[in-house]
Amino acid sequence: MSPSDDVTNEQSGRPEERMRSGVPPEDAAATRPGVADSAATKLDAKARAEMLEIVARYPEPRSALLPMLHLVQSYDGYVTPAGIEMCAEVLGLTEAEVAAVATFYTMYKRRPVGDYHVGVCTNTLCAIMGGDAIWSELSEHLGVGHDETTDDGTVSLERVECNAACDYAPVLMVNWEFVDNQTPQSARELVDTLRSGGAVNSSRGPRVCTWKQAERVLAGFPDGAETQGVSAGPASLAGLRLAKEKGWTAPTGGQPELDATSGEDQK
Amino acid sequence: MTATPGAPGEARASSLTPVLTERWDLEDSFTRRVYERNGGYKALRQALQRSPESIVEAVKDSGLRGRGGAGFPTGMKWSFVPKDSPKPTYLVVNADESEPGTCKDIPLMMADPHLLVEGVIISSYAIGATHAFIYVRGEVLTVIRRLQHAVVEAYEAGFIGANILGSGFDLEITVHAGAGAYICGEETALLDSLEGRRGQPRLKPPFPAVAGLYASPTVINNVETIASVPSIVSNGSGWFRSMGSEKSPGYGIFSLSGHVTRPGQYEAPLGVTLNELLDMAGGIRAGHELKFWTPGGSSTPMLTAEHADVPLDFEGMAGVGSMLGTRALQIFDDTTCVVRATGRWVEFYKHESCGKCTPCREGFWWMVQIFDRLEQGQGTEADLEKLLDMSDNIAGRSFCALADGGVAPVMSSIQYFRDEYIAHFEHGGCPFDPADSALFTVERQEEAGVNA
Ligand SMILES: Cc1cc2nc3c(=O)[nH]c(=O)nc-3n(C[C@H](O)[C@H](O)[C@H](O)COP(=O)(O)O)c2cc1C
Ligand code: SF4
Ligand code: FES
Repeated sequence: MSPSDDVTNEQSGRPEERMRSGVPPEDAAATRPGVADSAATKLDAKARAEMLEIVARYPEPRSALLPMLHLVQSYDGYVTPAGIEMCAEVLGLTEAEVAAVATFYTMYKRRPVGDYHVGVCTNTLCAIMGGDAIWSELSEHLGVGHDETTDDGTVSLERVECNAACDYAPVLMVNWEFVDNQTPQSARELVDTLRSGGAVNSSRGPRVCTWKQAERVLAGFPDGAETQGVSAGPASLAGLRLAKEKGWTAPTGGQPELDATSGEDQK
Repeated sequence: MTATPGAPGEARASSLTPVLTERWDLEDSFTRRVYERNGGYKALRQALQRSPESIVEAVKDSGLRGRGGAGFPTGMKWSFVPKDSPKPTYLVVNADESEPGTCKDIPLMMADPHLLVEGVIISSYAIGATHAFIYVRGEVLTVIRRLQHAVVEAYEAGFIGANILGSGFDLEITVHAGAGAYICGEETALLDSLEGRRGQPRLKPPFPAVAGLYASPTVINNVETIASVPSIVSNGSGWFRSMGSEKSPGYGIFSLSGHVTRPGQYEAPLGVTLNELLDMAGGIRAGHELKFWTPGGSSTPMLTAEHADVPLDFEGMAGVGSMLGTRALQIFDDTTCVVRATGRWVEFYKHESCGKCTPCREGFWWMVQIFDRLEQGQGTEADLEKLLDMSDNIAGRSFCALADGGVAPVMSSIQYFRDEYIAHFEHGGCPFDPADSALFTVERQEEAGVNA
């Protein structure tokens, strides 16, 4: 058996096979959902114009592809055949070339994602600090497994890799906002709130927006929420706070090699 | 560089030196207003008064080494950029931060994105780049918002764009969100990804400095590396060298996570030790002892309590068979099963292998199968030999350093904890209760989710 024909390993409770290399580029057609889905696309003339806006940010058009795929998800909730078609047309690529890229990256989804994407970090550090217990709790509570969505279409659950928040372990990501220092109980309450349409605040950022709105920001269309949330969470400040308490500082700046000349000093 | 090898650590400061982290506790620290009020963008004005060459020289003299893991001297990397290239030169900031345990660049960009932007402008000026890209992993929405906004604010202030502050220097900065792939942190895979392709590493040479993005000269540096540049420009290379050791000068952010009383970011001179950092962080969680730790993410061989006084600098860590990496100190206490920890890391490398070369693609897949067996107590000592054998065949025979990193936890855990592996098959399963290592009380054992 080779990795590419691997099957889900139900016995060990391991989630469905996750492997970037599992889908070779030539096999792109096989990754495309049914044609019927094309009718469901929301991609319109405005979306196409936005794609051209993205293209204009780069010296070479193809660099726009990743943000364009995020944009497709912001309209359609996943990478639809129509989205692949539009990206290909705008960039002068084949659909197979676009699909080959889309299937490489974990954040691009082949099936519709719920309004709230809940990622449970189950990389080693978080897993051991309690992420595995949180995963079991949520999976059981919601009745869905890895990369699956609840029947009501509200919550998609995913095991995610280290999200650069290990000092807040165990960590959840909701629509890619940090939800720090979780327990099985707090995580269950969180998804219940999400499912009942209540507002959820991330630990360090703003109130959680929908998954589609988040994808739009990733495509480079800001939503104006950048000032919400803290500058830094408590763990990020652990060292700085201690340094201040103890009066520790870096050596005071030696002589600048050349003085600032401008009179715009704002002190 | 002339230094006495093996003499790191003397005159080592056992205190913290916040430079990069200094402004993080200010309200609205991420705005240009607060950044400028606290000394921000002064270094840019100073830099634009100087020749680009003198800035490259200052960075060279400082001895700054890349903060993204490999520790390559930054000034030297910059000096490889050809001066007479007919093509444009690019600066690409590696903000992909995905190495397990690494969590320093993300809070930096969230709290102080203008520090990175100022570093980008100065560095671009130094190497003659007219377009810079910040490739940030996609899974960090708040951070991306803050970066996008900082760039907009810097344009508004005339710090980016045409004829910056009347200097005649032009620069565009583009924030680019990735889409979930650890391998895109590898610099050449990052370039392919930034060109809109699958993120797979490229053959080197040619090195990016000669033929990188769009086959043009390109410098790729880590967030923390670039964010260190303004302070070097303002305070001088001597100041930078007054911290750290001869071969590993300066300060760096040390990220403590896991079974430690106060996990978080601690910025200290390179050469600080784990024990010193643990003292500052309130020690290992109450009632427990240090069992194993990674000095710089999961790709750096794990160490044990016996290494807790070794200087955390490039030489110190190399001296004990590990690497400084990204200073991502993942700390595990005596409740932790090292087989479970390692098995999970191996799964990560399997998941993240880009599939380009066979030893890495197939090797980690098989290793996961073996770890499943071992964790269930169905392994044998022959499996351990097989793991070591496979490690030999994966590392050094694959295309990029992901493969070397992936075998690091396997080899080092067997080196230090062979008995614990054996205990699994003698015990017919894992002798540890995962509930004990969780940071909260778990009621039922199965809830702690071993094999989850
Ligand atoms: C698999 C893999 C992942 C990497 N991930 C990152 C990363 O997320 N961030 C980073 O700065 N460097 C990462 N690197 C290192 C980069 O290839 C490169 O050395 C670094 O960005 C250079 O910047 P520096 O000299 O400033 O450290 C990674 C390397 C490998 C092999
Ligand atoms: S070593 Fe692994 S990640 Fe690196 S190029 Fe080969 S398959 Fe890809
Ligand atoms: S291991 Fe979970 S955020 Fe790093």
